Amino acid sequence: MNRLAYFGLVFIVLLVLVALFAPWIATHDVGATDLLARYKGPSAEHWLGTDATGRDVFSRVVFGARISLQVGLVVVGVSAAVGTLIGALAGFYGGWIDRVVSGYVFNVFLAFPGLLLAIAIVAFLGQGLNKLIFALCIIGWVGYARVMRGQVLKVREYDFVQAARALGARDWRILLFHVLPNAVQPLIVQASLGMAGAVLSEAALSFLGLGVPPPAPSWGVMLEEARDLATLSRAPHAMLAPGLAIALTVLAFNFLGDGLREYLDPRQRKR
Amino acid sequence: MKRKLLDIARRLLILLLVVWTVVSLVTILIELVPGDPATAILGDAATPEALAQFRQKHGLDRPAFFFTYAADEEGGPRRFKWNGADNRYVDYWRGILRGDMGNSFRTDRPVRDLILSRYGATIQLAVAALLVAVAIAVPLGVVAGTNRGNLLDNALSVVALVGISLPSFVVGPLLIYIFAVWLGWLDPSGRFGWSSIILPAVTLGAALSALLTRMVRSSVIEEMSEDYVRTARAKGLGERTVVYKHVLKNGLIPVVTVLGLQLGVLLAGAIITEKIFNWPGIGLLLVEEGINKRDYRLVQGCVLVISVTYILANTLTDLLYRRLDPRIRVS
Repeated sequence: MNRLAYFGLVFIVLLVLVALFAPWIATHDVGATDLLARYKGPSAEHWLGTDATGRDVFSRVVFGARISLQVGLVVVGVSAAVGTLIGALAGFYGGWIDRVVSGYVFNVFLAFPGLLLAIAIVAFLGQGLNKLIFALCIIGWVGYARVMRGQVLKVREYDFVQAARALGARDWRILLFHVLPNAVQPLIVQASLGMAGAVLSEAALSFLGLGVPPPAPSWGVMLEEARDLATLSRAPHAMLAPGLAIALTVLAFNFLGDGLREYLDPRQRKR
Repeated sequence: MKRKLLDIARRLLILLLVVWTVVSLVTILIELVPGDPATAILGDAATPEALAQFRQKHGLDRPAFFFTYAADEEGGPRRFKWNGADNRYVDYWRGILRGDMGNSFRTDRPVRDLILSRYGATIQLAVAALLVAVAIAVPLGVVAGTNRGNLLDNALSVVALVGISLPSFVVGPLLIYIFAVWLGWLDPSGRFGWSSIILPAVTLGAALSALLTRMVRSSVIEEMSEDYVRTARAKGLGERTVVYKHVLKNGLIPVVTVLGLQLGVLLAGAIITEKIFNWPGIGLLLVEEGINKRDYRLVQGCVLVISVTYILANTLTDLLYRRLDPRIRVS
């Protein structure tokens, strides 16, 4: 893997540790407002300063990692499971399932701005963490289905699959033990890029007021709360800290995904 | 020729499928609103008469779909009921075919008029963003491509990668901080003089310019190894002329496709940028007037118009691309 991918990997490991041990790392209560300490700059007491209501920015960014990773993991997990299943069935059996999935779903869903679909779903269903995750899964699974279908179509014709079939293996056994292991690599790449997308979409929707409701310390919510002129002029760090957190996280997953793709696909690997 | 027509027909079919899906989606989603739209608008304290009147005015008292699966008024078991073509789904379609997207739940004004009054501002912003992106990307991409592999190229590649990963809701507030709060050069938000479009356009175009830089770079590298470049050099043309007169002309073909596709992305992505800068486009209409005020009829219209614009931009680009590059037409 290249150096950028290693940077991504290291950053992600750190982020996971921060999210896991957030209660011990955070220096203050994330919800505790302190009107006497509003717009404070970074100091020994408040490492990243305080926001417009005197909450500790560092602690909120730390707990924000939990929300981002939680949404990312659930969205990627569910989308990957659903997408893999449907993509595998469509590729393996063909027929009307495949005609619906590849003819209709791929063409329509991939021709559609994903974020707008998520916005529409949340707009009608209402705000909340679960609805946000649901909306992101709806737009997320199609990518995995397409990758999986392509892999299955390729692997299906290999000799060892034919051999397994000749030996009398059942369909599910062929899919699970022969086709799936050969299709896992592109799925891992897709999942890494999917984490970047999910973290980004969560922040975007929360920023628009359609995701995690405030006062939850979602990075998107923090950014939205810190972008008024009063806060920007007196405490720009309250906007910069969550902004940097989002940017680095998305960058790290993108780096990792690109690096993995290069690494797993020998044709793209640099000699 | 036959294949070409078939291909165009296929694109148009997908276009129709997408439109059908979006219309169905917004009509189904409105049924899933928690509670019901009438109570959401008029509040819990509204009298039953007022609620009934509201539902009747907006056609909400009619059956939702071709069939319903519910208990009848007296209670009793849930059962399927066939409603025929006399339902809200068909109503909405009929309206759209006549260019009518219903009336706003809040203001009673036609949704079409509300959208039309905001549409221009969004197009203006998207086009400005496109220009910003091209103005940044073409020179940078050419510099990176002609300096392939050296320090400058690598540095530009990293910058482009970072640019792609930076979301508009991070870039926007950052630009406001730098140019409006710190330097005080530009307005932080709104749409007043010509200068107020600068920050939103840069915000919206930033990610695109990073993407385009990469494309122009690889395009330039690819074209530089073509025979005609060697010919041009052999006849003694300066490197500048070779790059700008010959390489760019061919190298920009794939870039044009991306540009068209991205115009759609920009229109959809403008929702966030418009919110950041209070830019009175269709995205702000959707979020502030539609979603925040639970004006579901307006949300339906905005989602529909934004998606159709997006799909149309994509389809047109795809067809245009085929005309631009003869190699694609043949194969």
